[in-house]
Amino acid sequence: MPYLPMPPPVPYVESYGFWEGCKRHELIIQRCKDCGTYRHPPIPVCPVCQSWNQHWHKVSGRGTVEAFTIVTRALFPGMLVPYNVVRVELEEQKGLLILGNLIDCHPDEISIDIPVEVTFEDVSPETTMFYFRKAA
Amino acid sequence: MATMRDKYAIVGIGHTDYSLSSGRSELDLALEAIMAAIEDAGLGFNDIDGIVGDYPNRVDPMTIATALGMRNFGFFIETDFGGGGVPGGLLHAIAGIEAGRATSVVCYKSLNGSSKLTLPGFAFAVEPHEHGFTRPFGLLAPVAYAALSARRHMHQYGTTSRQFGAIAVACRKHANRNPNAIMYGEPMTIGDHQNSKMIADPLRLFDCYVEADGAAACVVASAERAKNLKQQPVYIMATAQACGPYLSRGTKDPTIEENETSYLAQQLFSMSGLVPSDLDVLQIYDDFTPFVLMAIEDLGFCSKGEGGPFVESGTIEWPDGKLPLNTSGGNLSEGCIEGFNHIVEAVKQLRGASTAQVKDAEIAMVCGANGVATSGLILRR
Amino acid sequence: MPYLTGLPLPESHVDYNEFWQGCRMNELPVQKCKDCGWYRHYPRPLCPKCYSWNAEWSKVSGKGMVWSWTIITHPIHPAVVDKVPYNLVEIELSEQEGLRLISNLIDCRPEEIHIGMPVEVVFEEVTPEITLPRFKRTS
Repeated sequence: MPYLPMPPPVPYVESYGFWEGCKRHELIIQRCKDCGTYRHPPIPVCPVCQSWNQHWHKVSGRGTVEAFTIVTRALFPGMLVPYNVVRVELEEQKGLLILGNLIDCHPDEISIDIPVEVTFEDVSPETTMFYFRKAA
Repeated sequence: MATMRDKYAIVGIGHTDYSLSSGRSELDLALEAIMAAIEDAGLGFNDIDGIVGDYPNRVDPMTIATALGMRNFGFFIETDFGGGGVPGGLLHAIAGIEAGRATSVVCYKSLNGSSKLTLPGFAFAVEPHEHGFTRPFGLLAPVAYAALSARRHMHQYGTTSRQFGAIAVACRKHANRNPNAIMYGEPMTIGDHQNSKMIADPLRLFDCYVEADGAAACVVASAERAKNLKQQPVYIMATAQACGPYLSRGTKDPTIEENETSYLAQQLFSMSGLVPSDLDVLQIYDDFTPFVLMAIEDLGFCSKGEGGPFVESGTIEWPDGKLPLNTSGGNLSEGCIEGFNHIVEAVKQLRGASTAQVKDAEIAMVCGANGVATSGLILRR
Repeated sequence: MPYLTGLPLPESHVDYNEFWQGCRMNELPVQKCKDCGWYRHYPRPLCPKCYSWNAEWSKVSGKGMVWSWTIITHPIHPAVVDKVPYNLVEIELSEQEGLRLISNLIDCRPEEIHIGMPVEVVFEEVTPEITLPRFKRTS
């Protein structure tokens, strides 16, 4: 059961690899082959050294909550509130941020810097979503 | 207005391969073209302090800036009107520099016209909420507007399909000298044009542009700054935007003397101090052949109604014509980069680097799309 | 049987609703400036001639002539893949030179369509909510 009843992500050129990784239950992040900088969301060139050489790198999936919000107002009918949106800083690189949702977690339990880890859910035959949960 | 003349220059150009199915995103294509243009100018990414995109790009300026690690922006904007807006992007670049907000501005256009659907049901020159007056009747694409306008031109002046075809044949001839053109290696005779599939009577397949995946970009700087950069500058003698006095919206009436392109011509010639006979080479937006013919008339290269004989006369064909048109193949045969390919080709002509080089080309014109709010440039070496 | 069905339909819009309501009642209302009498189409808030905000909807005769035409023979959009060939016309209404609207001609072979052909409006109900103004040759 997906956390939010949102339309599924539409993979597009640069992002295909990311969603294919999710299907394998892997969190993969684009990394520059020349200077090693990770970047997310995926883009064609490295924003640090402008190299076109990059590859997908499987990351640990662990990080900390860098920012969060609790949405209390339903934006459209059928949306269950409250729900959370978190920004997680992945442990591989300072400033490597990824947007997601924290599941199995009461809003009161969410705070900055709490450790989290990635988890996956096959919401349909075509789509696997990634989420975060509090690290053990 | 004459005070802007020659104060600014195009100092770098860049473009990707043009293809039918690149498998690349618009961002990927845009970045390649922009990086090439910056490098061509002899600049670094952090020298760029202004950026001009063009709606309906799917790549906004901020995405470019983030990707290239650009930090210190004084100026950014997206122009509008697709092929009508592209040359006008350089006017905006000049405005940003003139206002002291930037020194080196990148302008770009990126399209996945071929491998992706372009705006579905895009109805030319009509606001989205006016679609109720066009779509239910099957007016679902710009070609239909061009067909209605073309039919009036034929009715009023006796213009023929073969005369529209002369434009297609000239552009294809030029494309066959340009290895980057999508239709390179595909010659076209007037017979081929006349036998090509009818799309929207009187427009045939070869009257219509070729969708393409590709991107093109340029860098604009002051003439002063240009002196210290890598390439011989191409000076901007004039740049303007113009809009027509349409009392009723929709199809361009090609018989009306005062329209967006005639206003554009007035501004460009007045700013540059030139007359039509001063031009050595033309790059005119060629989504559909009839609009090119109308633009030639509206710009003053011949009188209203004389466009047919003009284009049939050989004048627009390289190498013998006096006024070669769309010398890299244009949207019709090089590939539709919504006219940014025309800017790149005009610069190449003035640098002596075209695949269909006009001997001693000194002055080039770029004219944006016809029948919509438009823009244009006069450039010199 | 309506000439073309299954195409995108007009959407509700505060500036245009009266036009489509008129069509549903088999009338062709065109916006007219109350101050200078200039008709305009598409409807818009301001008179393009005298800039007045005062406008009224004026029921026109529905008579006009073919100002331009085309036959769409190739599917220019996915919605018309199974509908080509069809005609598309621009009709100049007799009330005012330059007053034009896009439509289709019914009961007319493509080779009969010509600029200047006198026409008159007919109304085709394409859904219970939407009636479209089309044209036929004036007898």
